[in-house]
Amino acid sequence: MIKEIREPLIFEISESGKRASELPTLDVPARKDLLAGVPLRREIEDFPEVSETEITRHFTRLSQKNYCVDMGIYPLGSCTMKYNPKINERLAAHPAFVASHPLAPADLVQGSLEVLKKLEGCLCEIAGMDAFTLQPAAGAHGELTGMMLIRAALEARGDARKYVLIPDSAHGTNPSSAHICGYAVKEVKSNEKGTIDLLALEQEMTGEVAALMVTNPNTLGVFESDICRIAEIVHAKGGFVYMDGANMNALTGIVRPGDMGIDVMHINLHKTFSTPHGGGGPGSGPVGIMKELVPFLPVPLIAEKDGRYALDFDRPASIGRVRAYFGNFAVIVRALCYILTLGPKGIREIAEFAVLNANYIRKSLEGVYDLKYTTASMHECVFSDKIQKAFGVTNLDISKRLIDYGMHPPTMSFPLIVHGALMIEPTETESRRDLDMFIDAMKAIATEAKENPDILRSAPHVTYVSRLDEVAAAKFPILRWEKKA
Amino acid sequence: MSYISISDKDKKEMLARTGAASVDDLFCCIPEAVRFKKPLDLPAAKSELELVRAIGAVGGKNTYGGHLSFLGGGAYDHFIPTVVDYLSSRGEFVSPYTPYQPEVSQGTLQLVFEFQTLICQLTGLDIANDSLYDGSTGAAEGVLMAHRITNRNKVLLARSLHPQYREVVRTYIKNLGIEAVEIGFGPDGRLDPAELGRALDDKTAAVVYQSPNFFGVVEDVKALSDAAHGAKALSVAVVAEALSLALLESPGKLGADIVTGEAQSFGIPVSFGGPYLGFMACKKEFLRQMPGRITGQTVDKDGRRGFVLTLSTREQHIRRERATSNICTNQALCALRATIFMETLGKQGLREMAWQNAQKAAYAADKLGAVRGVKMKFAGPVFNEFVVEVPKPWASVDAALRGQGIVAGYGLAAEYPGIGDAAVVCVTELRTKDEVDRLARTLEEVLS
Repeated sequence: MIKEIREPLIFEISESGKRASELPTLDVPARKDLLAGVPLRREIEDFPEVSETEITRHFTRLSQKNYCVDMGIYPLGSCTMKYNPKINERLAAHPAFVASHPLAPADLVQGSLEVLKKLEGCLCEIAGMDAFTLQPAAGAHGELTGMMLIRAALEARGDARKYVLIPDSAHGTNPSSAHICGYAVKEVKSNEKGTIDLLALEQEMTGEVAALMVTNPNTLGVFESDICRIAEIVHAKGGFVYMDGANMNALTGIVRPGDMGIDVMHINLHKTFSTPHGGGGPGSGPVGIMKELVPFLPVPLIAEKDGRYALDFDRPASIGRVRAYFGNFAVIVRALCYILTLGPKGIREIAEFAVLNANYIRKSLEGVYDLKYTTASMHECVFSDKIQKAFGVTNLDISKRLIDYGMHPPTMSFPLIVHGALMIEPTETESRRDLDMFIDAMKAIATEAKENPDILRSAPHVTYVSRLDEVAAAKFPILRWEKKA
Repeated sequence: MSYISISDKDKKEMLARTGAASVDDLFCCIPEAVRFKKPLDLPAAKSELELVRAIGAVGGKNTYGGHLSFLGGGAYDHFIPTVVDYLSSRGEFVSPYTPYQPEVSQGTLQLVFEFQTLICQLTGLDIANDSLYDGSTGAAEGVLMAHRITNRNKVLLARSLHPQYREVVRTYIKNLGIEAVEIGFGPDGRLDPAELGRALDDKTAAVVYQSPNFFGVVEDVKALSDAAHGAKALSVAVVAEALSLALLESPGKLGADIVTGEAQSFGIPVSFGGPYLGFMACKKEFLRQMPGRITGQTVDKDGRRGFVLTLSTREQHIRRERATSNICTNQALCALRATIFMETLGKQGLREMAWQNAQKAAYAADKLGAVRGVKMKFAGPVFNEFVVEVPKPWASVDAALRGQGIVAGYGLAAEYPGIGDAAVVCVTELRTKDEVDRLARTLEEVLS
């Protein structure tokens, strides 16, 4: 494509009287007194008016300004940007599913209810949990739901408690979700291996602590090897262990959270189970729980009897609904399709190849980039810009330069415990050729950092726009188009 | 079927480079005792063809599609122009992550900037965010936002707010010391102003109402906003049928401070309840309290216009437990569908669609109201839904109509005890005059 093509905002090409859609003529008598007494708008001021040709070109051109997994490696750490199988898109759009109304009587939507029940069952098996709710719409929504379930269980015991413990390596949604659930957050420091410090945990874990929220593998891509001991410490004081399943891609078929003392967890279907990220959603964040928490699940539950499905609202201890209807159903269909396609062996291969690929990258780049924590990596590895800093180059510069090599950058500046982080998660679906291209680019960039740091600091050079002024964007916010006066 | 791209030969060589003796070796950090040593108890792997057959068979158990349906209640069956599916299926839109790297995400960022603009134009407010999960969580976020802005702990929730939205609000506020008081409705189906007046006080953070409400009745947004403002509370309008914004005066212009709701009507199929598209707009003085992602315009170092995610100091990845919301992943692809939809229908088309909805609903209300024994439950003005009351138990009428292949509406008795044999009926532009006539005729037969 031609780099200099500028795509205007749709409002800037709008011309009065143009249209891209028409409805059939109204087939009932038009009433003049429609909505009498209600203030109506004369028009939607400045709303766009364009032709279908213009719409198609506008969005096609916009699409070409995006990088995506369909184009190449997308090694964003903790985001699990794997390939999204195309058949799942087609089946999620099956007319029988897309046309079904969420308020339809259960008798008429048995197929949709079966999809929900089937996925619940598959997730229970893969995670080793006793039950799942599919209502949460994303990972953070799942965290909130999970923490509410814990709170409800503690309240049922007579004391909701005050605090939630969260390791300093955790994703920002963890403290935020705990907070909305009414808990104060206490941070638990990591040790020199990058894992939870058991002594610190034992000190912090008092009878006032409701739960520990742990990501495993954690955001360094390191497995919390002491997880069973961690769970014992928390359980001994009557607390619950919540696992953020964002990194479940490292574990499928290898180890099940339910078998290592986890009481509550969420899974991101848009990570581990291949549903596309859509440029930021929709996702789906099912929550798995152990038996004690079942009474508190959001309503409705789906009850099965003799192959027929019904909605169960009779759940007096339920935390209530966390979302209208049944969650992001079409995302759920895709995840079920993925599991059915892969089968038991394929599900295990997710973790096997995700971990192999990450370790292959790690071994290939060790020494080229600094690795703060040398503990064994699972599905991702976290380098930093420490070596390149000497040449006045940061992780931002390295990332932007990677764009020039035709690849998406890793996650930057996260986890917070690694300064100048470059968090790389290749996922299992990359080929060796793509991994090698990434490794070669990273090596070339490391050489450039020494020899020609300016080319990094001025990167990217091949995109429609160069580095954008984010400070100005926040200082003088322009958040919508407005007609020039 | 597998999506692995690594050959056996590559696998061996790659393992050798990592220094691991076997794949199992890569997992040495996982204690032996907890490792899962059996194959997972899941169905055997399927080929694409087997999958299509298996999922097709499950889908075939949905018989709803064979019915003539008048269901609404927060999920609306509207026409979707072909370009929406065509353009929104492009891999460049479907398969990127959140646009953290703006230089390679200008497509997503620009379209979201357009989405924010369109939502501002429709709601009559200054700023809009990139999306929320759906209308129900949008209502909950609206309540939390009003609580943060006013520092007050009581919200007044219209009983005519979607029952599931109300439940979600209650779930969200339960642990935050916020009290919800429900305000009933009058014989016109609108929020009862006298009851509102009695409940409003200096502890009230917001009046939260839906318009058109769950009964399809259009609220007096100006009066509700004036009342809220009289007590220095915020006016929070929830719009579950976004199409109504194309015809009714915008809530922002009528005084609403925050407008949040569900934009599923804009090019997103009903799809058994999701994914949908929550949206939120507000006055600019509340910008710093807005939840969710926001996209802003800026320039690159060569002076060219570009777009970036901005004002992220409100968000969880920076502010952690002090964030305005815990939301991270949102509904970007649904916002894309809605953007294509709104721009395709355009200024005339969107209004025309809304007008046809109102016309057809008015026609249907007349037709059904003329059936012996059937009454319109509420006298207030409606958009594309209305409540009918039938002279026999609704469950039996509903079942008899279903026997004739019609899903006539959503019975209200479970969520509104005491409302009688009433159901909310929705008529969109997709329902033809013949279909409405058939509903009226069949209802007459069923009742006689």
